[in-house]
Amino acid sequence: MSRLAGVFDACRSESRAALIGYLPAGYPTLEGSKDVLRTMVSSGCDLVEVGLPYSDPVMDGPTIQKASEQALRGGFRVRDLFGVVESVAALGGRAVVMTYWNPVLKYGVDAFARDLAAAGGLGLITPDLVPDEAAEWLEASEAHDLDRIFLVAPSSTEERIDLTARSSRGFLYATSVMGVTGARDVVSSAAPALVERVREHTDLPVAVGLGVRSGAQAAELAAFADGVIVGSAFVTAVRDDTVAALTAELAEGVRQVPSRA
Amino acid sequence: MSPGQLAPTPHDPDERGHFGPWGGRYMPEALIAAVDELAAFYEKARIDPEFLDEFFRLLRDYAGRPSLLTEAPKFAAHAGGARVFLKREDLNHTGSHKINNVLGQALLTKRMGKQRVIAETGAGQHGVATATACALMGLDCVIYMGEVDTERQALNVARMRLLGAEVIPVKTGSRTLKDAINEALRDWVANVDDTHYLLGTAAGPHPFPVLVRDFHRVIGIEARAQVLEQAGRLPDVVAACVGGGSNAIGIFHGFIDDPSVRLVGLEPGGDGIDTDRHGATLTVGTPGSLHGAMSYVMQDEDGQITEAHSISAGLDYPGVGPEHAHLKDTGRAEYRPVTDAEAMEAFALLSRTEGIIPAIESAHALAGALVLGRELGPEGLIVVNLSGRGDKDMDTAIKWFGLGVES
Repeated sequence: MSRLAGVFDACRSESRAALIGYLPAGYPTLEGSKDVLRTMVSSGCDLVEVGLPYSDPVMDGPTIQKASEQALRGGFRVRDLFGVVESVAALGGRAVVMTYWNPVLKYGVDAFARDLAAAGGLGLITPDLVPDEAAEWLEASEAHDLDRIFLVAPSSTEERIDLTARSSRGFLYATSVMGVTGARDVVSSAAPALVERVREHTDLPVAVGLGVRSGAQAAELAAFADGVIVGSAFVTAVRDDTVAALTAELAEGVRQVPSRA
Repeated sequence: MSPGQLAPTPHDPDERGHFGPWGGRYMPEALIAAVDELAAFYEKARIDPEFLDEFFRLLRDYAGRPSLLTEAPKFAAHAGGARVFLKREDLNHTGSHKINNVLGQALLTKRMGKQRVIAETGAGQHGVATATACALMGLDCVIYMGEVDTERQALNVARMRLLGAEVIPVKTGSRTLKDAINEALRDWVANVDDTHYLLGTAAGPHPFPVLVRDFHRVIGIEARAQVLEQAGRLPDVVAACVGGGSNAIGIFHGFIDDPSVRLVGLEPGGDGIDTDRHGATLTVGTPGSLHGAMSYVMQDEDGQITEAHSISAGLDYPGVGPEHAHLKDTGRAEYRPVTDAEAMEAFALLSRTEGIIPAIESAHALAGALVLGRELGPEGLIVVNLSGRGDKDMDTAIKWFGLGVES
């Protein structure tokens, strides 16, 4: 049973999409990231993705790269991640972790899953781990009852969408564009088609990310997706001290257009 | 240039690219379709007589193959009297072994109907080779190069630009080769429809480690035949430098089924492996995933990739190709570190004794040969892969040896 099903069920019952906000742990500082996440949760994020800062973030654009570098320069350690997750859970918020795979490998896949679950984390998003290489994680996630969120992309074949959907638990992360993270002016036209293709293979909720920064964009995605993922825009909002306002705008956005029932 | 150069071997990985526990694909789903496409095209091309003909014609008429095997007796006098032969990849067009791989991949790019090529480069050798092949074949070319490397290899930046490539200095992370690869991957994921990522070493996600190895197997195939003809026997040792490991895997494969031949890879030991300034991934690295494959990597206890350090920009990489990890584990190959100082000593020694200025990368293999020769004694026979020439390294040599004109 998925740990995140309740989030999406609740949103569906309100005929809206879930708002999913991302922030790297340790950004702008370790304590500062807990404060920002608290604001994100209290202002309307249904779920937060806590990012694990990594030295070689190949899927990230300049905004998240810089935030990760700042966190690492500030002395962020992998063990600090669990305290950040715990701070979200303690507030009644819901958190998953988004991480490149090597730090998990180094920590030990089972140990990482154990400590994440103990901190109250609900699952893991793995941008550079495909199901083909995920045997150890499939096992550890079952053992510690965590959701597994793999990614699908516009370039994914039907066969791979099927494999990814069968391997996932909780929801599927659809990358709306071919590219790295970062706010964009327009929502990709590839997103609706990708979500439609995914739905032919699974009943799992599908959340769409990459490039969202405004309430209007969130509303556009909420028309066809179960969740709207926002990352770089939150990082920028931390710098501009506008996190509460951005969260409120996005939360309104995901409520503007009824999502599919 | 044997017809079987690209043919499948018993040493190939499984169909998902695993050499034992190493290799595979640790990369974003968005790029899986592209590597699947590449693998499919390569599987057809490697046994297609038309592709092989075209590839061999380019190696012969454009790159200048076969490259020579030159005995280096005066250098060998410093190596315990063992005989030393140099596989002269420095004599290839563009001055290093890198041309073998880029010609093969540029042909594949054409077959896939793609018009744009991106590549990373450290020392600039692979960037120059890629820019060359793109100029030859009329492909658009963008080269990512760490900002630190653009400074220490300014001449190669100029060469690439002259050849029509766009060179983009990478200012993120450690601003060296690994960050150039990160940036190339970011470009690739955004432009994968019309762009081929022409990876320069036998690392990365499947099928790159196999494909790059195969395009370089010509080195070992030639060297084996040449040493048999010139020395009348197989060597005791084949020595090659290992950064990502492409020249080494290419020459090793010519001898991999000759159990009497020891395969020795020489890694960049920087200031020494007891310091934190080196790039000896196989000697002191630990298992991890980097740039798409599982292999040995340099990382801290949190799994953050650490910076490699080497006087040689081409070896300055915190990872290594997965097949080398496998060869280390199985014991078929052995790997040793060579410090900056040892490499520079060998660099000067070959220049003075034989009139051949090697690339500093290749000087690591030469330094290894000096030690191995003393271990083997006068009966020993070593083939060293002289993977590139040293013209590009003059700035480094001027600083190291104080060769500047006195004012």
